[in-house]
Amino acid sequence: MGIIPIFRKEIGDHLGSRRFVILMVLIVLASVSATYVAAQSIQADLTQHPDQSFVFLRLFTASNGSLPGFASFVAFLGPLLGVAFGFDAINSEQSRGTLGRLLSQPIYRDNVINGKFLAGLATISVSLLAIYLLVSGLGLRMIGVPPSEEEIVRLAIFFVISVFYVGFWLALSTLFSLLTRQAATSALGALSVWLFMAIFVTIVSGLVASAFFPTNDNSPVQQVLDNRTLQQNIARVSPSNLYEEATEAILSPDVRTITPVLFSQAQGAVPGSLKLDQSLLLVWPDVTGVIALTVVCFGVAYAMFMRQEIRTL
Amino acid sequence: MSLVETEHLTKRYGTRTAVNDLNLTLDEGEIFGLLGPNGAGKTTTILMLLGLTEPSEGRALVAGMDPTRDPINVKRVVSYLPENVGFYDDISAAGNLRYTAELNRLPRKVAEERIEEALDDVGLLDRADDKVGTFSRGMRQRLGIADVLIKEPRLVFLDEPTLALDPDGVNHILELITRLRDERHMTILLSSHLLDQVQRICDRIGIFVKGKMVAQGRIEDLGMQLATNGAHVVEVEAEPLSDDLIETLRRISGVEAVERSHKMVLVRSNCDLRPQIVKAVTGARAHLLHLRLQTVGLEQIYFRYFREN
Repeated sequence: MGIIPIFRKEIGDHLGSRRFVILMVLIVLASVSATYVAAQSIQADLTQHPDQSFVFLRLFTASNGSLPGFASFVAFLGPLLGVAFGFDAINSEQSRGTLGRLLSQPIYRDNVINGKFLAGLATISVSLLAIYLLVSGLGLRMIGVPPSEEEIVRLAIFFVISVFYVGFWLALSTLFSLLTRQAATSALGALSVWLFMAIFVTIVSGLVASAFFPTNDNSPVQQVLDNRTLQQNIARVSPSNLYEEATEAILSPDVRTITPVLFSQAQGAVPGSLKLDQSLLLVWPDVTGVIALTVVCFGVAYAMFMRQEIRTL
Repeated sequence: MSLVETEHLTKRYGTRTAVNDLNLTLDEGEIFGLLGPNGAGKTTTILMLLGLTEPSEGRALVAGMDPTRDPINVKRVVSYLPENVGFYDDISAAGNLRYTAELNRLPRKVAEERIEEALDDVGLLDRADDKVGTFSRGMRQRLGIADVLIKEPRLVFLDEPTLALDPDGVNHILELITRLRDERHMTILLSSHLLDQVQRICDRIGIFVKGKMVAQGRIEDLGMQLATNGAHVVEVEAEPLSDDLIETLRRISGVEAVERSHKMVLVRSNCDLRPQIVKAVTGARAHLLHLRLQTVGLEQIYFRYFREN
């Protein structure tokens, strides 16, 4: 299998690279501070209301208003991780003049892109897992409430979704590394998609929705509902929004819906938590969306790499 | 047995024909020089022979295999040194070669032996553990040759192996290439636009212009093709170079023309008249300073073909 040496070398390159160190420092700082703040607010809350369920999961979502929760940090910084390990995947081999030498060895051409993508994904998984364990350990020590079985399963699902989410950005930046010869251009391209998806899609979706269904304080219910639904559907173009919706329901069992609900619909509902399968059902489309985007993005990069003439590669 | 054979090999990129109807044969154990200006289609030809790009028409056989259908097995016995070869700068020289060995699935022990031997061959053994980022261009090129040797190929494609090297580096590389043939019995296809280098080491050459092979064969034979009806030109420099002497030279039987050219005269004939010319000069009590039979060099061949196209 020609993929194994490539996979091994790429992992070695990633783990030994300066960019890995910088990113890890950044992400560890962000997650430790987020967890610390979250644990403090949970502690305060627990002394007042000691009888609560799913306390451990709140470590990953709770925020004190000034600092976002851990899950939001992953949603925001995850793309950076993905882009960092993919933006120069192919074009750096080209500019260094190593691609021709690599492809003249007895390996299949797709070994190169598969090996690189899998190595990136493995690096990301290992880093994310390490950070999740770090956060869990720190939180466990501070709040002293161990996770229940269901919480562990929910965290595992959260982890898998996160890997796919970061994997999407890895695939996207790999695609950019095929489209542009300059590594810097490719990084900028991928980062602008990230900014667009993280910030502008939300703004644009609001604008478009208001153009179609203008609302004010006296608008009929249907108009407001249409506005919100359209806005949400446009925002779902962005994998960041899909990821946030998905993790919200997975990490907070008391989230019952991710779409707008009328006051009358919520009336008389018994407060409580959703079961795991119900939470999953709620965000299944979002989860599938994230996975599909990742697969499509990698598929396009794969096809381009396989079809491109070696002279232009 | 011929190691490479192509039949009507053609490659088109859109409307541009990069390689046009190429029929090339490489015999085992020879150095074949693919000579042509930049953009003549030399690299494209090599890429087709490696199966890295598909021919539009025709076919190639490399070591008895079709590189388009069976690129992996072709690449097991063929090494390729690309133009402007690159290495991973933050990995040591030996580390870069180790990666090549792994990609060729060599057992670790064999790999280490071959890496040491190859680095020794190119004179880089003492720098084996240094990062390639610290290497000069000449050293990188030599490392490229070492890299080519790792899989112990039967056939080696070298694309412009002496590009942008200083004269010392060029000599080193050319000597290495000759040793590949003589000591390791490898067959080498070398592409270059530098005729003097090709002339120095190649057994046969092919002249490649705008995708077409305009001539191929041994250098002497190509010279004969060009020489117009076996014409000979002898350069003569004598002191004093009087008009009487020129007249004497003109009277030698067989001489067709005598022309003055700066301090020399050029004597044209259809056979080698050097002994008669020496006799005539000394007979005229002049000192012979210089006498040379002009040979048709590769340069003339080269320019002739390039100008024609």
